[in-house]
Amino acid sequence: MDQQTLIYIVVGATFALYLGIAIYCKAGSTREFYVASKGVHPVANGMATAADWMSAASFISMAGLIAFLGYGGSVFLMGWTGGFVLLAMLLAPYLRKFGKFTVPEFLGDRYYSNTARVIGVICLILASLTYVIGQMTGTGVAFSRFLEVSYEMGLSIGMLIVFFYAVMGGMKGITYTQIAQYCVMITAYTIPAIFISLEMTGWALPQIGLGAQLTEHGTYVLDRLDQVLNELGFAEYVAVNEHNRINMFFYTLSLMIGTAGLPHVIIRFFTVPTVKAARSSAGWALVFIAILYTTAPTVGAMARLNLMETFGTTEATEMVYEERPQWVKNWEQTGLIEFTDKDNDGTITYSSNEEENEVTELNRDIIVLANPEIAMLPDWVIAIVAAGGLAAALSTAAGLLLAISSAVSHDLLKGVFKPDISEKNELLAGRLSMAGSIAVAGYLGFNPPGFAAGTVALAFGLAAASLFPALMFGIFYKKMNKEGAIAGMLAGLTVNLLYVFQHKGIMFVASTSFLGDLDPNWFFGISPNAFGAVGAIVNFIVAMAVCKMTPEPPENIQHIVDDVRVPVGSSLASGGH
Amino acid sequence: MAFQNETLKKQYWRDNLRIIGGLLAVWAFVSFGCGIIFAEALNAIHIGGYPLGFWFAQQGSIVTFVALIFVYAKLMDRLDRKYGVQETEDAK
Repeated sequence: MDQQTLIYIVVGATFALYLGIAIYCKAGSTREFYVASKGVHPVANGMATAADWMSAASFISMAGLIAFLGYGGSVFLMGWTGGFVLLAMLLAPYLRKFGKFTVPEFLGDRYYSNTARVIGVICLILASLTYVIGQMTGTGVAFSRFLEVSYEMGLSIGMLIVFFYAVMGGMKGITYTQIAQYCVMITAYTIPAIFISLEMTGWALPQIGLGAQLTEHGTYVLDRLDQVLNELGFAEYVAVNEHNRINMFFYTLSLMIGTAGLPHVIIRFFTVPTVKAARSSAGWALVFIAILYTTAPTVGAMARLNLMETFGTTEATEMVYEERPQWVKNWEQTGLIEFTDKDNDGTITYSSNEEENEVTELNRDIIVLANPEIAMLPDWVIAIVAAGGLAAALSTAAGLLLAISSAVSHDLLKGVFKPDISEKNELLAGRLSMAGSIAVAGYLGFNPPGFAAGTVALAFGLAAASLFPALMFGIFYKKMNKEGAIAGMLAGLTVNLLYVFQHKGIMFVASTSFLGDLDPNWFFGISPNAFGAVGAIVNFIVAMAVCKMTPEPPENIQHIVDDVRVPVGSSLASGGH
Repeated sequence: MAFQNETLKKQYWRDNLRIIGGLLAVWAFVSFGCGIIFAEALNAIHIGGYPLGFWFAQQGSIVTFVALIFVYAKLMDRLDRKYGVQETEDAK
C-alpha cells in the first residue's frame, strides 16, 4: 500500500470517529450546549483542555521554533505552561463556583453592569477571532499538504467536520471529540520522538535523551549541537542572550497571563462537577500538555542536529546534491526546503554566512513534519502524524468557536437584547451563532487578512491586558467597582493595541507603523509580542485609581464575591440569598 | 451552611491567600528565576548533558508547574475540610 492511501485510511478513520462522537453526543439543552451539563470527569476535562489548548502552532511549529531559537525558544515552553498555574490558583475554581455559562457573564454580574458584560464580549471576540484565523489557515495548510488537495478544498473539509460536531453537540460534542483528538495528537507526537531519541542516544524517553550521550560519538547531544553550530558560525544552542533578558522576562509573563485569560480555555473548567474537580482538572490538563511540551525540546534539538549532519558539517562531508536522501527530495517538492548551488561544485554548503549558504529555504515546520522520514520510520507513522496535525487544528478551532458563539447567543442575545428568550429558542440561537461563527472564521480562512501572521500574539496580548486583570480583581478585590473594572479593561486594551499598531502598523499594515518595527524604538526593549504584561499592569493601575475615586460596589455584590471564594453554599450562615 | 462567623470566613480566605502566595513564589522562582535571570550562572552546573539553567527553562519549570497545581489542589482540599466547607459527593 502506498503512503498516500495509508494517510487517507488513517485520517479517514479519525474523521469517522469524530463524526460518530458527534452523533452520540447531541446536545438537548442549553446546559449541555454551553457547559456539557457540568458533568465532565476532571481527568477527561484535563485531556479535552489539553487538546483545546494545543493548536496547530503547538503541534507543527513549536519544535521548529525551538530548533532554530535554542534557549530563546524557552519563552514559549514556560509561557504556555506557566499560565495554567495562574489559571488553577487565581481563576478556575472561583469561576467554576460562580457556576454560570460564560466569561462575560461573570464580568456582567460581578460588576453589576451590562456595559462590563459587553466589553467582555468584545474582548473575547477580538481575542478568539484573531486566534481562530490561525487555526483556519493551519487547517487548510495541513489538509492540503497531507491529503494532496487544494488549500480551499482542505479548509472546506475542515469547516464541514467542525460544523457537524460543534453545531450538533455544542460543548458536549466538542468535549468528547477533543478527548479523542488529544489521543491522536499525542500518539502522533511521541512515537517519532521516542524513535529518534532511541536511535541517537539509546534512551527511549525523549526527556532523558536530550541530556544523554550520542551512541555514535559518546559526546552529549547538546554539546555536539553547540560544536556543530559553532563550526558553521551559528549562535550557540544553550547560550543565554544577555541583551534581551528583559524582553524574555516580559514575553514569558505575557504568554502566561494571556494563557490564563483566554476565554476558550477558562470555559473548559465550567464543565466539571465541583470546585474541587476544577482544581485537580487544571493539574491534569497541564500533565497532558507537559507530555508534548517536554518532548518538543528533544524533537527540536535532535532534528536540528540530524539536519545539519545530513547537510554536512565540514567541507569534506558536505552533502552531494545528486546523492541527497529521499526525504529531502520529497520536501523539496513542497517548497519548504530549497537549495541553490551558488558555486556550482555539486555540493551543498550550509552556513550562517548569507553569501556562502546554499540552503536557501529551510522552513521551521519541517522539523516536525519531516521528522518521521528523517528518522526513517515506517509509512504508518507518517499517516498518524498527518492525522495528529489535523486533530490539533480542529480541536482548538472548535473550542474557540464555542467561546465565540456562546458569547453571542448567551451574553448578547439572552443577556442584553432579549432576556425573556425561551430555553428552546436560546439553544437554537446557540446553534445558529455557532454556524455563523464557523462561516465568519471560514471566510477569514479563505481571505486571510494581511495581519494573519501577527494575530496569535495579539490574542494573548488582548487576553492578558483586558480580561485577566478584570477577572482577578473580581475575585480577589471585593471593593473593585464597575467604573474601575471598565476603565481598566479599556485602558489595557487601548495601550496594548496602540503599542502593537505603532510598531507593526495600524491593523498590521506595515506602511502605517509610525515608529517602525525596530528594536531601538521599543519601550525598554520590550517587543510588541511581549507587551501584554505591560498592558495588564496599566489595567491594574488604572482600575485601582478609578476605583478609589468612585463609589463602592453595592452590598449584594460583596456577597457574591464572598460566595465565589468558598466551595460550598453561601458564605455566611446568616447571609443567605 | 458554611462558616459559623465572620472571623472563620476571614481566616479561611487568609489561609487560602497564604497557600497561593507560597506556591506562586515557587512558580516565579523556577521560571523567571532559574529559567531566565539566573540561567546563565546555573549553566555552569551540568546534570548529564543538560546545563542546569537550560534544563530549568525547557524541562524543569514545566515539571514543577504540574507538581505545584496538584500540591495546591491537595492543600486546598485539606483547608476546605478543616473549615468544613468541602463539597459533598452529590454537590453539582
